[in-house]
Amino acid sequence: MQTPIRTRQSVPLWRDERFLKVAGQVIFALVIASIAYLLLRNMVEGLRRQGTVLGLSFLSQTSAFDIGEYLIEYSRNSSYLRAFQVGILNTLLVSLLGIIFSTILGIVLGVASLSTNILVNRLSRAYIEFIRNIPLLVLLIFWYSAVFLKLPRVREAITLPGPTYLTNRGVGIPWGVPTATFKTYLWVLFIGLAVALLLAFLMVRRGRQTGRTPLVALWSPLLFLGIATTGWLVLPAPPLETSLPYVKGLNLDGGLILSPEFMAILSGLVLYTAAFISEVVRAGIQSVAKGQLEAARALGLSSFETLRLVVFPQALRVIIPPLTSQYLNLTKNSSLAIAIGYPDLFYVSNTIINQSGRAVEMISLVMLSYLIMSLLTSAFMNWYNQRVRLVER
Amino acid sequence: MAALSRPTLPPPTERFTLLGWLQKNLFNSWYNALLSVLTVVFIYWIIRGLLVWATSVAEWQVVAANLRLFLVGQYPVDELWRVWICLYVLAFISGASYGLWSRGVGAFGIALLAGPLFLSALPFTLNLRLLMIGIAVTGFFGWLLAMRLPALFRTPVTWSWVLYMVFVILMVRGFTPAGGFLPVVPSNLWGGLLLTFLLTVIGIVFSFPIGVALALGRRSNLPIMRYSSIAFIELVRGVPLITVLFMAQLMLPLFLPAGVTIDRVLRAMVGITLFSAAYLAENVRGGLQSIPKGQEEAALALGLNGFQRMALIILPQALRAIIPILVGQFIALFKDTTLVAIVGLFDLLGIAKTVLAQPEFIGRQAEVLAFVSLLYFMFSYVISYISRRIEVAQGVGER
Repeated sequence: MQTPIRTRQSVPLWRDERFLKVAGQVIFALVIASIAYLLLRNMVEGLRRQGTVLGLSFLSQTSAFDIGEYLIEYSRNSSYLRAFQVGILNTLLVSLLGIIFSTILGIVLGVASLSTNILVNRLSRAYIEFIRNIPLLVLLIFWYSAVFLKLPRVREAITLPGPTYLTNRGVGIPWGVPTATFKTYLWVLFIGLAVALLLAFLMVRRGRQTGRTPLVALWSPLLFLGIATTGWLVLPAPPLETSLPYVKGLNLDGGLILSPEFMAILSGLVLYTAAFISEVVRAGIQSVAKGQLEAARALGLSSFETLRLVVFPQALRVIIPPLTSQYLNLTKNSSLAIAIGYPDLFYVSNTIINQSGRAVEMISLVMLSYLIMSLLTSAFMNWYNQRVRLVER
Repeated sequence: MAALSRPTLPPPTERFTLLGWLQKNLFNSWYNALLSVLTVVFIYWIIRGLLVWATSVAEWQVVAANLRLFLVGQYPVDELWRVWICLYVLAFISGASYGLWSRGVGAFGIALLAGPLFLSALPFTLNLRLLMIGIAVTGFFGWLLAMRLPALFRTPVTWSWVLYMVFVILMVRGFTPAGGFLPVVPSNLWGGLLLTFLLTVIGIVFSFPIGVALALGRRSNLPIMRYSSIAFIELVRGVPLITVLFMAQLMLPLFLPAGVTIDRVLRAMVGITLFSAAYLAENVRGGLQSIPKGQEEAALALGLNGFQRMALIILPQALRAIIPILVGQFIALFKDTTLVAIVGLFDLLGIAKTVLAQPEFIGRQAEVLAFVSLLYFMFSYVISYISRRIEVAQGVGER
């Protein structure tokens, strides 16, 4: 008996799905590659006509421009690379301070817009609606040109207790100046922190063993504060000296002088981002089921304990992902400092482009820096999110 | 027996008394009382300050004298009728949409109608005021027609919103050479609010297909497409818009072959479109993820091919689910177009900067910027309000 030969049903090549998938991808890759090739060739060609070649060696040339504010040593004899670093540090400074202040203000506004007090509620809602519907750039330029530059001259400075001077040349606040013992004191603080953390760790472990959690949040900071105070008193000279701002001729001196540009970018970013953060906070708190509140009340928790132990831990899970993107937005928005002249990463890089004509390299560097900052922030927040998220089966 | 047949009355509601209301909403505990008093003082202080400033300190000539610059920039006066036609068409479509989708008159419709009427009461030239009244009348006419003939209007009005965007671009730009019916107005003459709107509209129209394609690419199981989509999306989302705009201004000319130049407005449009596409892709991806797998399987069981499944089953549902998010993104785009002022274009903010540089209006920053922010606020707020209405009308999130 002859077994029927199974003729292999051959699908024509152009209808074979496996083939089509591979072919489609190959064609796609080829198209992308050839477009990239064309663009790159045009660019190299264009650059050659301008008489430049790509490369980062220009970064070691002398910058020959001044930067108004720097956290590390900088002068016009420094290199472009140094200028770039100054810019990065300024961006980080503004972003970090912005994140801290806008989180505080955002939480206050978010809680206020859930308040049962109708005036507080409406005021906060009105503020949020207004800020969310105007462009940040307009807000920044408004703060800079219509507020901080319109402050009185140094002679007629507005003096607040402290003393704090508000002038059109900047805002002077009291500040601590490091003395000779400052470095030693930093070590004291570091050791104090380590001891406090060790204590917290031991207490938490003991709490796990005995089932009675001691007040870690009280004792650990107390220990740290104790070590810090003792260090301050024991050292031969206090590590910081208060320096008060004062008017000297047509300028402010002493203390810490915050430039109008810095004040404008910081306050603009904080006021703007806080409105968005408050919406995030509000949504998070509202996401906690009402039964949870009722259960907490039934257990006899006070309203503060309810917030601290029941509402916030649960709200946090909802809050963190959108909060991360708000932090990222703030960091990226700090690049708008170019409109008001605060020397952040983008502003400095733009000056470097104008001085050296190296647009391609500098824009790539700037993009890379922002990309790294974004990736680091989201990596950190993802790690934190892992810790607070609901552990399910 | 008569008493029994009476309908059951609802339980008595709390009687409204002013004192009771005050106690419940403002003074229900000592800290709320304190807060209320402080807030009243604060609100009084703010409102009084604003009123005093706006009425006696501020000098609004700077706005009045430059109104045309703020609205249309350097757009040729002889061609302004094209912008007016766009506005009239917009008024008609908005009126018709309002008639179709809002039940009844509503305060918002009256506000929409009152806007142009209020403007027509301001001391502009007679022509301008008549044109404003015309806008209100056209909008009212559209509303009336749509109320009377809803069946006839429903589909055309929906589509006209899509076509309107293309229509505006064609009208404002023109397509015949000089001397023709619609001579081309070069984009370096576009300015003010007109340029802001055009940048937004073009950003929306062109980023939409790119964004959807990127979202599909990111969900595709073909590795090359997936990874290139991911790379593009994450790269663009990781950097600020201003760097993308600078790249478009400084590097785009380098990428083109020698001799080909594109003007600055177009470069900005390319930058905005690419930037917006990456964000749109993530939103669309969210929508795609919200569609249950059963939909895809059902479509597969019906024998639809891959393209049909996506275009007829998945995408319509996914896009409908993210309408509110998309509107939010478009408002963000509208606000983000201000950044083109940094690269030297004359959008609303760019014009504001040139106005502030006029020697006779030195030092009028507060007035100009207050006016500009008010314009931005008005438009964003109206768009977000409309989006909330559409959400309610369409029952997004309920069905």
